[in-house]
Amino acid sequence: MLRPFKQQLFLGSTMMISGAEIVVRCLQEEKVDCVFGYPGGSVLHIYDALFKQDQIKHVLVRHEQAAVHAADAFSRSSQRVGVALVTSGPGVTNTVTGIATAYMDSIPMVVLTGQVPTFYIGQDAFQECDTVGITRPCVKHNFLVKDVKDLAMTIKKAFHIASTGRPGPVVVDIPKDITAQMCEFEYPKSIQMRSYNPVVKGHLGQIKKAVQILKEAKRPIIYAGGGVILSDAAQKLTELAHKLKFPVTNTLMGLGGYPATDKQFLGMLGMHGTFEANNAMHYADVILAVGARFDDRVIGNPDHFGEEKRRVIHIDIDPSSISKRVKVDVPIVGNVGDVIDELLKLMDSDFKTDPDVDNWWKQIDEWRSRDSLRYKQAEHIMPQYVMEKLYEVTNGEAFITSDVGQHQMFAAQYYKFDKPRRWINSGGLGTMGVGLPYGMGVLMANPDAQVACVTGEGSIQMCIQELSTCKQYGFPIKIINLNNGMLGMVRQWQEMFYSKRYSQSYVTSLPDFVKLAEAYGHVGMKIERIEDVEPALRKAFTEHKNDLVFMDFIIDPVANVFPMVSAGKGLTEMILAEDL
Amino acid sequence: MRHIISILIENESGALSRVAGLFSARGYNIETLTVAPTEDPSLSRMTILTWGSDEVLEQVTKQLNKLIDVVKVVDLSEAAHVERELMLIKVRATGKDREEMKRMADIFRGRIIDVTESTYVIELTGAGSKLDSFIAGIDAGLILETVRTGVCGIGRGDRILKV
Ligand SMILES: Cc1ncc(C[n+]2csc(CCOP(=O)(O)OP(=O)(O)O)c2C)c(N)n1
Ligand SMILES: [Mg+2]
Repeated sequence: MLRPFKQQLFLGSTMMISGAEIVVRCLQEEKVDCVFGYPGGSVLHIYDALFKQDQIKHVLVRHEQAAVHAADAFSRSSQRVGVALVTSGPGVTNTVTGIATAYMDSIPMVVLTGQVPTFYIGQDAFQECDTVGITRPCVKHNFLVKDVKDLAMTIKKAFHIASTGRPGPVVVDIPKDITAQMCEFEYPKSIQMRSYNPVVKGHLGQIKKAVQILKEAKRPIIYAGGGVILSDAAQKLTELAHKLKFPVTNTLMGLGGYPATDKQFLGMLGMHGTFEANNAMHYADVILAVGARFDDRVIGNPDHFGEEKRRVIHIDIDPSSISKRVKVDVPIVGNVGDVIDELLKLMDSDFKTDPDVDNWWKQIDEWRSRDSLRYKQAEHIMPQYVMEKLYEVTNGEAFITSDVGQHQMFAAQYYKFDKPRRWINSGGLGTMGVGLPYGMGVLMANPDAQVACVTGEGSIQMCIQELSTCKQYGFPIKIINLNNGMLGMVRQWQEMFYSKRYSQSYVTSLPDFVKLAEAYGHVGMKIERIEDVEPALRKAFTEHKNDLVFMDFIIDPVANVFPMVSAGKGLTEMILAEDL
Repeated sequence: MRHIISILIENESGALSRVAGLFSARGYNIETLTVAPTEDPSLSRMTILTWGSDEVLEQVTKQLNKLIDVVKVVDLSEAAHVERELMLIKVRATGKDREEMKRMADIFRGRIIDVTESTYVIELTGAGSKLDSFIAGIDAGLILETVRTGVCGIGRGDRILKV
C-alpha cells in the first residue's frame, strides 16, 4: 500500500507535500499502476518521488516516442488511460509523433512533460521548448501548470478530458519549480467544467427516426468504426446486428468491434477492403454508420460515392464527425453504446425489417463468391499465408500490434478478430514504428496475453531500440517481420502508378535480424521456406512462450495488397488480384 | 457567405491561439477577429468575421465547440443582430483639405479626436461597409494611417449569448 513520503510536513492538521509528490499521488488516485517514461533534468523531482513509492511501476523506454506509443497501446488494449512521463525540450519533441498518432485515432492518454522553471520560461533556457504550442494541434487539450495549487485539479481534469466524450491525448506541462514547491494535497472528487460537457445520450426523436428508416431499408449495411471499440460497445453492436440480420462491415479501426467469423460480417471496407464490403457499402440504400467517420480511405472518391441515392444514419459522439464528408440524414450525437441501447429498446416484438433484405443478401453472396482475398502461392513465402498460419497457431486469440505498410493490410485482412481491443494499429496517422512499442503497452495492460507484432523490415527499424526495453522487462512479443526487402507499400504504388520507377523503396544493407535479436538477448529465427512457416510459429508460441522471438520471414518481394481502390477512384472501382 | 461568429471562451492564456490555430489548421478564413474580457473577467468574448459555405460554417462552429476552453458559440449572422467596427484614421489636413476632412467626418458622424497643424485623427464607428465608404470617399493620397478593430456584434432583442 501507500508508503508515506519522508518529507511530508505537517502544518497544523494539513499535510504539505511537494509538487512532485502531488503528481505521484494524483496518478495513484487515478489508479494508474504503470507509467512509460524517460527521465531528464526537469522531471528529476518527479522521478525522485516515483522512486520513493512502489504502487506505480515505471517502464524505462529507450526513446520517448516509444513511451507515448506504449501508453497509447496500453489504452487501446484495455479500458484504462495510458500515461507517459518525459522531460522538457527534446523529451517533449520526441513525443510529438506518438501524441499525434493517438490523437488521430482518438485514444485517451495523459502525457506529463517536464518544463523549465516558471521564472525561466520564455528565455530560451536549456531544454526549453514551447510544449503547449508544439503539441496544441495534436492534443485534445493541454495545460501548463503555473501554480502548484492548481496541480492536482489540472491532473484530474486531464484524466477527465482524455477519457470522456470523444477521447484523446492530453498533455500536462509541469515546470520544475512547481514540482519542488510544497502544497496541501487533496484530490478533487468530482469535476465541473462549464466549457466541457460531452453529450452521452442520443436524441430520442432522432433514434425513433432511425428505427423507422431501418424498418424500411431494402439494401441496408451497418458500417462500424473505432468508436464502437472506444465505447466498449462491441457486444451491443453484435446484438443489434443479429436482431436486424443486416450485413456488417468494419473500418480498419473498427476491426474486432464485430466478430470477424460471424456470417453477417463482410470484412473490412475501404482502400483495401473486400469486394463484398465495398460493393455493399456503395449500393446500400440505408447506411447505419456507428462510430465511424467516412474518411478518405473508406469511401474513395466522394463524388463517385455520392452518385448513389441512399439514406445515412450516423451515430457518433463527436458532432463534427457528422456530415463532415458525407451528408447525413439522421445524425445521432451520443455515446455509441448508449445509443444502441436506446435503439434496441425501441425495437419491440413487432419490429420487422423489409423482406427485400433477403434479395440483398443474395446479391451480397454473389459478391462474396468472388473470394477477393484469394491469393496464389508462389515459390516464396506469401505474406497472406503467414497471416493465416499466425491466426491458426494463436487460435485467433492473440493481440496483434502492427506497423504501417503492406504487412499491416495483410494482418487486417487475414487475421480474423472476434474480440475488440485485439487489433492495435495506427489507422489515422499511419505511423511506421508503432508496432514494437505497442506490444509493450499491450503487455503492461494484459500481462498474460499472447502478443504478435506484425511488421516489415522498414517499420521495425523505426523503433528497433525498444528490443532493449523488452529485454529489461521481459516482454515476450513475437515479432513477425514480413521481410520483403522493400518499403512494400511504397513500391506497390510505384509499380502501379509510377511505371515501376522504384525511387528509394528498396531497402539495402538490412541488418541480420537474427543476430540483432540475439545481440539484444532475444531469440531470432529466419524462415525462408513455406513448409517452415507453421512449425516456426508453433515453436515460437510454445517452446519460446516466454521469450521475445524475432521471426524474420523472407517473403515474396513483390506481393501486393488486393483488392485496391486507387487514390481518386470510386469505392466499387477495385483492382482485384484476379484482374492481373 | 459572410458570417459573424461570436464565441464565449475561458479567459485563459493560450485560448486565442487555440482558436487561431484551429482556423489555420483547417483552412478556414479569418477576416477580422476581436477579443476582450466580458463583464465576468473569467470569460472572454471573441468575434470572428469569416467567409464560407453553409457546410464549412457548420464545421467551423462544430470544431470551435470542440475546443475545451470554448463555452459557447453562435453564428450571429443567422438572425437579427447589430454589428459595429471602430476605425481610427489619420489624415493629412492642410489648406482646403482641412475643411473638407471635417465635413466628411461630420457626414459620417465621425469625431476628430486629435488635431495638429497638418493632421487629424478621426474616430469612426459603424458597420464595416460604412468605414469602407469613408475610406473610398476621401482622397487616398491624404490617408496617413488607418487602424480598425474588426467587427464586433451582438444579437438583437432577446437573443442573448451568456453562460
Ligand atoms: C513514419 C512514416 N514514414 C513514412 C511512411 C510512408 N510509408 C507508408 S508504408 C511505407 C513502407 C513500409 O515498409 P515496411 O515496413 O517494410 O512494410 P511493407 O510495406 O514492406 O510491408 C512507408 C515508407 C509512414 N507511413 N510512416
Ligand atoms: Mg518491407
